[in-house]
Amino acid sequence: MILSPSNKDLNVVLLGNPNAGKSTLFNALTGLNQRTGNYSGVTVDKLQGSFKYKTNSVNLIDLPGTYSLFAKSTDEEVAVKNLLTDKPDVVVVVLDSTNLQRNLLLATQVLDLGMRTVVVLNMIDEAIYQNINIDSEKLKDLLGITIVAIDSRTKEGTEKIKEAIVNAEVSRNKFFDISVTENYAQKINSQFEDPNKTELQKWEEDDKIYRYKNVKYIYSLCVRSPEQLKLKERSTKIDNIVTHKVWGYLVFMTLLFIIFQFIFYVAEYPMGWIEDAFIALSSFIKGNLPGGILNNLISDGVVTGISGVLMFVPQITFLFLFIALLEDSGYMARASFIMDKVMRKFGLNGRSVIPVISATACAVPSIMSTRSISNFKERLITIFVLPLVSCSARLPVYTLLISMMFPSTIVLGFLNLKGIVLFGLYILGFAFTLLTAFVLQKLLKTKEASFFMMEMPVYRVPLLRNVALGVLNKIKVFVFDAGKVILSISIILWFLSNYGPGNAIEEIEKKYVDAEYPHVGEADPNYYKEFIASQKLEASYIGHLGKVIEPVIRPLGYDWKIGIAIITSFAAREVFVGTMSTIYGANGNEKGIREKLLSEKDESGNLKYTMAVCFSLVIFYVFAMQCMSTIAVVKRETKSWKWPAIQFVYLTALAYISAWITFNILQ
Amino acid sequence: MPNMDTLLSQLKPGEKAIIKSIADNPMKTKLIEMGCFPGEELYITKIAPLGCPFAIYVSGYELSLRLNEAMNIVVERLN
Repeated sequence: MILSPSNKDLNVVLLGNPNAGKSTLFNALTGLNQRTGNYSGVTVDKLQGSFKYKTNSVNLIDLPGTYSLFAKSTDEEVAVKNLLTDKPDVVVVVLDSTNLQRNLLLATQVLDLGMRTVVVLNMIDEAIYQNINIDSEKLKDLLGITIVAIDSRTKEGTEKIKEAIVNAEVSRNKFFDISVTENYAQKINSQFEDPNKTELQKWEEDDKIYRYKNVKYIYSLCVRSPEQLKLKERSTKIDNIVTHKVWGYLVFMTLLFIIFQFIFYVAEYPMGWIEDAFIALSSFIKGNLPGGILNNLISDGVVTGISGVLMFVPQITFLFLFIALLEDSGYMARASFIMDKVMRKFGLNGRSVIPVISATACAVPSIMSTRSISNFKERLITIFVLPLVSCSARLPVYTLLISMMFPSTIVLGFLNLKGIVLFGLYILGFAFTLLTAFVLQKLLKTKEASFFMMEMPVYRVPLLRNVALGVLNKIKVFVFDAGKVILSISIILWFLSNYGPGNAIEEIEKKYVDAEYPHVGEADPNYYKEFIASQKLEASYIGHLGKVIEPVIRPLGYDWKIGIAIITSFAAREVFVGTMSTIYGANGNEKGIREKLLSEKDESGNLKYTMAVCFSLVIFYVFAMQCMSTIAVVKRETKSWKWPAIQFVYLTALAYISAWITFNILQ
Repeated sequence: MPNMDTLLSQLKPGEKAIIKSIADNPMKTKLIEMGCFPGEELYITKIAPLGCPFAIYVSGYELSLRLNEAMNIVVERLN
């Protein structure tokens, strides 16, 4: 029997500079056969896919973009280490045909590793459009390797790449200075082991300059382009507007406004549909499956939890749709260019603007969108401060408390006092966002050297397939990674608020349902229902927890009832309003809760919800990290519990101290 | 002969120049990697409205640099 060497699984990686169109090629080759995984120990996502070609099945990994084999960031380190330690069977080096000189540097390095390699001249259509003429036959001879020129946007030529991958060979040519070293792979590997960085750095500089000389020679033989040292006219025309000192900011603000409208308002419709669908599902389960604790667990705990996870999907979809469009078109680099100096003062990045603005809708998608900030320190700072931006979930809490502080409408000239206070709360959030970033920038030390230079890619029409697959991957990552944590916590919260020590809750049930108080029910059936709910909540574990934390929150002016609402609103801040409504038996309507709360008296008969208490509470909610979903997503994005833990402690301390100061000043 | 050497950060947009040397610090290898090596021609394509960062055309593409990075590149004016 003859075993054909091609009859096996091939492990193949895609390697290339950022912006070389690697992901487009990856999507064209694998289609929907892809998934996002993790590289151990780092925050970089691992994109894997597969395809079949004749009798071969190929596993493809889309490695993070890198400019050379000497890693300068975590992303690049992942790419290089994968190449050296996992030793894939074939390396596909993806080159941007319009930017061949710089792209060839990496290609020559890879060829010198002595691995089976295929070189892809990607975006060949764009090169033709720009009058860049590449003699690929000559390039093939000079590089000593199979070259495939394609336009990965139109899937044409993907069959040629598949064939080339299966038949890939090792290049016969060498591009490093052989008088310096004989084993290039070993030298590359030493960057992860050799403690003597200065010596290696010198070697690295010489290697790159030597290669560039080679590359320039190859380039001069293979590439004919009429316009030397000139930017493309189309790019320049657009840039004259989008990086202009007036129009540039105007364009950017307009785009931010559109994004804001979508994630704030348009997303509400699908979110409402999801909520309604799950409420229907929950009552279907309640009514059609045998009752008992299992039924309650599924219909209330699990279904509500899943609904809570899926509720984020519309906002994530919209935000990432816009970000993918801005990123793929090339605009994002320009936005970053005009915003960089302002944001850098606070230790943030030009690319932090969109996350900060979208955090006014919700911190969860905006934390996920910090992926595009390539500098790790600036990305971490951005993630850390985002929960300080007042999100839409705080709005119901703000509205309730402000209307309690100022029950009647006070108008100063043409300004409404409630509006001014609300605005002030948002400004307070923003101020602490920037202040915290500013302080963190001084405190945070990263071992990774910081480089900010970035390529300004040429403008291209975004490819729908790429945008759609990108958004789909984000949703999958959120639902299956962060979703697990959110679901677990919401089930725990559900259990704690529905069950209590001993049989206290059953006794309440018995006491009222057994009609000991029929007159309550006759008076107002809704009041009766709310009254029982309130009694049950008090008897539950969370009710007890509220009493346990009362001594801690008393200095802020809160009692155990507020304590309960603070604990339950860890699920999401707006739950505060619902819980207060349940505790006070207000049947969910806002006016009802407000009146109930305002007439509440303390032990000595004074009004309980004074200006001091309300203001202290509202300040607490400006700062506190009262959101399990944010914690889950920070854990997912930083790949450890360390950062969400630090963040939680900091924000809770900030909230506590500020609320305490507020209460004591106003009291 | 007058010394024509100047820093990249002192060029005006559009002025062509050739790279003479790059300051010796950890940024050097990265700059070389991005195509800024001695002997290569470049010019500033635009400067952000607030005076930083710079965008330059070098090695066949456009690269954006912050001021502290641009200050490492010593160039000679060409025209």
